[in-house]
Amino acid sequence: MTTNRITLTVNGERVQRQVPARQHLIDFLRSDLGLMGSHVACEHGVCGACTVRVDGAIVRGCLVLAASLDGCRIETIEGVSDSGEIRDLQDAFIVRNAAQCGYCTPGMLLTAADLLDHNPTPTREQIREHISGNYCRCTGYQAIVDAVENTAIKRRTSSASGSKS
Amino acid sequence: MNKIIDPAMLDRPNSYIGKSVPRPNLPKLVEGRGQYVDDVVLPRMVHVAFVRSPHAHARISRIDAVEALKIAGVLRVFTGQDLAAVCDPWVAVLVHLTGMKSAPQYPLPLERATWHGEAVVAVVAESRALAEDGAAKVEVDYEPLPAVTDMETALLPGTPLIHPELGDNLCFQRTNESGDVAAAFKTAHKIVEATFHTGRHTGVTLEPRSILADYNRASGKLVVHHSTQAPHMMQGVFAKHLRMAEGDVRVICLDVGGSYGIKVHVYPDEVATVAIAKLMARPVKFIADRLESFGSDIHARDHRIHGKMAIDADGRITAIDVDDLTGIGPYSVYPRTSAVEGNQVINLVGGPYEFANYRAKTTVVLQNKTPTCQYRAVGHPIATTVTEGLIDLAAEAMDMDPITFRLKNLMRDDSYPRTSPAGMKFEGLSHIKSLGRLMDMIDYPKLRGEQEAKRAAGIYRGIGFAAFIELTNPSPFMYGIGGARISAQDGCTVRIDPDGSVVAATGVTEQGQGTEGIIRQIVAEAVGVPIGTVRVITGDTQSTPYGGGTWACRGAGIGGEAAMQAGIATREAALRVASAMLQAYAETLDIRDGNIVDRASGTIRMPLAELTRIVYFRGDTLPPGLPRELMQTRHFITKEYPFAFTNGIQACWLEVDIETGLVKLLKHWVVEDCGRIINPLLVDEQVRGGVVQGIGGALYEHCAYSPEGQLLVGSMADYLVPMAAEMPDIDVGHIETPTRESLLGAKGAGEAGTAGAPAAIMNAINDALRPLRAQVLAQPFSPERILQALGKVPMRG
Repeated sequence: MTTNRITLTVNGERVQRQVPARQHLIDFLRSDLGLMGSHVACEHGVCGACTVRVDGAIVRGCLVLAASLDGCRIETIEGVSDSGEIRDLQDAFIVRNAAQCGYCTPGMLLTAADLLDHNPTPTREQIREHISGNYCRCTGYQAIVDAVENTAIKRRTSSASGSKS
Repeated sequence: MNKIIDPAMLDRPNSYIGKSVPRPNLPKLVEGRGQYVDDVVLPRMVHVAFVRSPHAHARISRIDAVEALKIAGVLRVFTGQDLAAVCDPWVAVLVHLTGMKSAPQYPLPLERATWHGEAVVAVVAESRALAEDGAAKVEVDYEPLPAVTDMETALLPGTPLIHPELGDNLCFQRTNESGDVAAAFKTAHKIVEATFHTGRHTGVTLEPRSILADYNRASGKLVVHHSTQAPHMMQGVFAKHLRMAEGDVRVICLDVGGSYGIKVHVYPDEVATVAIAKLMARPVKFIADRLESFGSDIHARDHRIHGKMAIDADGRITAIDVDDLTGIGPYSVYPRTSAVEGNQVINLVGGPYEFANYRAKTTVVLQNKTPTCQYRAVGHPIATTVTEGLIDLAAEAMDMDPITFRLKNLMRDDSYPRTSPAGMKFEGLSHIKSLGRLMDMIDYPKLRGEQEAKRAAGIYRGIGFAAFIELTNPSPFMYGIGGARISAQDGCTVRIDPDGSVVAATGVTEQGQGTEGIIRQIVAEAVGVPIGTVRVITGDTQSTPYGGGTWACRGAGIGGEAAMQAGIATREAALRVASAMLQAYAETLDIRDGNIVDRASGTIRMPLAELTRIVYFRGDTLPPGLPRELMQTRHFITKEYPFAFTNGIQACWLEVDIETGLVKLLKHWVVEDCGRIINPLLVDEQVRGGVVQGIGGALYEHCAYSPEGQLLVGSMADYLVPMAAEMPDIDVGHIETPTRESLLGAKGAGEAGTAGAPAAIMNAINDALRPLRAQVLAQPFSPERILQALGKVPMRG
């Protein structure tokens, strides 16, 4: 079986591994690095449970081959949690009960964070549209939309008050 | 009957019942730090992949694993015969479902594959990828056999028999009858009738079915990490069929990535995984991939129902007559059986309404398709679709508004306790109040006005209603009396630790619905401690009281009540010790906010942690005969009623694009009555999630088959589930009619949304299409079916 040697940065740490050419990113993260926060659910790039960041852009971990990521910067739910980058969004999910079984949640959070990075004032329709590639079977989505909307509002309020002081 | 505690009356600092307290599980889940079965990695663990039947029905004539075993890393290949040597088959029948029959089922079939997707051969390797490589190299010779794929012809002479030894393809048949149906139809002022179809669909848990079995030959112990709703039941199943003592089997179920009924059944590939672990004496993991999930997770709701309703000149329902037919799989599913869904349909049709004459027949036939069994709201969406579909037809026939017709026929709120024509006992329901609450929420005249105005502009909007009942808090009447070792009782152990913190171990399980959250609220309030000092343990047969787990909306009503009683008992036990320490009568003391206080004045007498310090470390200072049992267990089971029924009503407002057949959901409302609400936030989210699963079945989800029995959905790109962009906002309102069977008064809430949503959508679509004289009665209401109803595209042959 063909293998490739890759060096990449995962959650800020340099990682060097020999990976099978056929292994996708999500299996690499879970099996080789023990990062179990990103989940596998459809393996067809449909459901979004395996969403992670590659060089700042969200991708589906089941559609990217690990061997193609030499030199890349990967961030997973573990990384953005430890850095505190999405703490407010995570708190909003907790308060609003926007996660039930939690299986879609890490991917959903990264997708929602991506929206807020690019559009700090999304409408509910825009939130629904942006997360529509992330399936949730538990919540019916409304709580998630609420949590993302509440985070956007809070960020605007705090940056507005911040600029005054 | 018990006195119901009204939380509003409790003037205590730890009044958590009835409050929207966040769940303790969420901080870890939002950081990806949960632990699902696939996250568990054990030393020497191997992986299994299955070769699955490409045929709906075929004889297995030869299995050749030589090439598979040549692959480095492929360790073993197992056939049905190999596993039958260590694992006994099961027959999924319940004796109270008279006449029910099914054939013995093995972990892997011995001679014949009987559905497309059935696991036939198991390949074990060092990784899942290598196991799949091995599976691709296993050669299986099949002799295709004629498949039974049309439920309408399953019982006709000339149709092949799936199991010749059963004599026919009939699994179960029952007629539920009361009053004089024939006479009522003879004297009816109006009769409406229609044939409804509910589509075969499945749960699509995002976490696929997952199991990791570890057998230690030296100790004789089996530990199974399992994504399941019922760990104790599975402990019994593994022990019985693998010929072990129950005490040698431990089932651990930590985080579960969605279940919805899918993970409460015994799956042959999971039992095979455990049997392989026993044979190989090392940890074996099986995680279903999405393709095999579609072909092997249970399906549900494949029903054709013919319904008829008689109405008198006053606009009152006089009779309902229903003929239900459902095609299950080649086997009834163990141990709940695949006859329960049909049985529920004929118990629930007409449930909200006042009428005297009832006949409902269900016929459950075998099919060469993926087995069906209980999925969220078992039978309810089907019964509600038929009932509410007929109600709207009747209202139309009587030229009455659908709300007026419902108000005239719904059971009165002061008419309980009573028994329905279908034989269901109702302790107390609130149909009239619920409808009133719904009317307050929706502004009905405004919606009708908007509908009228839009129609003039060629835009077709409709509003649909669906009243429903939901069966919750089941007693042994559901499964136990049929011989199944499924516990309707549940237990909770509450203990106070040396630091004054509290641990609650419960037999009900956490699937994301919030079990640990509500148990924590209940126990914190019952003991009298801050909620943050309570930890909840679920999902481990070794450390929780024996219980049934999560199904049929029993967690809050049954598990919650056990927790309440255990918490109260623990508080009383602590106060007995406090009374000795403080030289005061126990009844003059209380526990509040983690302190022993004077009950009347609230004055703090000592911290609870001081009491525990004395009990655990200086027991010598207490009177010798004083009981100091700071750990109490209580069990609860319902006794007065077989089930605690809940009720509610839904409304759906939508727009049908008559050019494309697409349905746009604009708004959805639910009023439901689940008795005492323990956590309004969690109840509302259960209702919303349930509605969206109902929407999925009504509009998108379909396990489509070819006439030959080939399953036509293989990925989530083929099988559509609701996505965020298509879903409406859902408003939820409540009426609270507590059950008097428990202190807590709680009933279930998890299935109400799914029970009513499909019928509300169907009625709304048909309301939108009424001016065009078009109607859809077959789910899913796809664009194709809507365009067919409009005569814009031809019917398929």
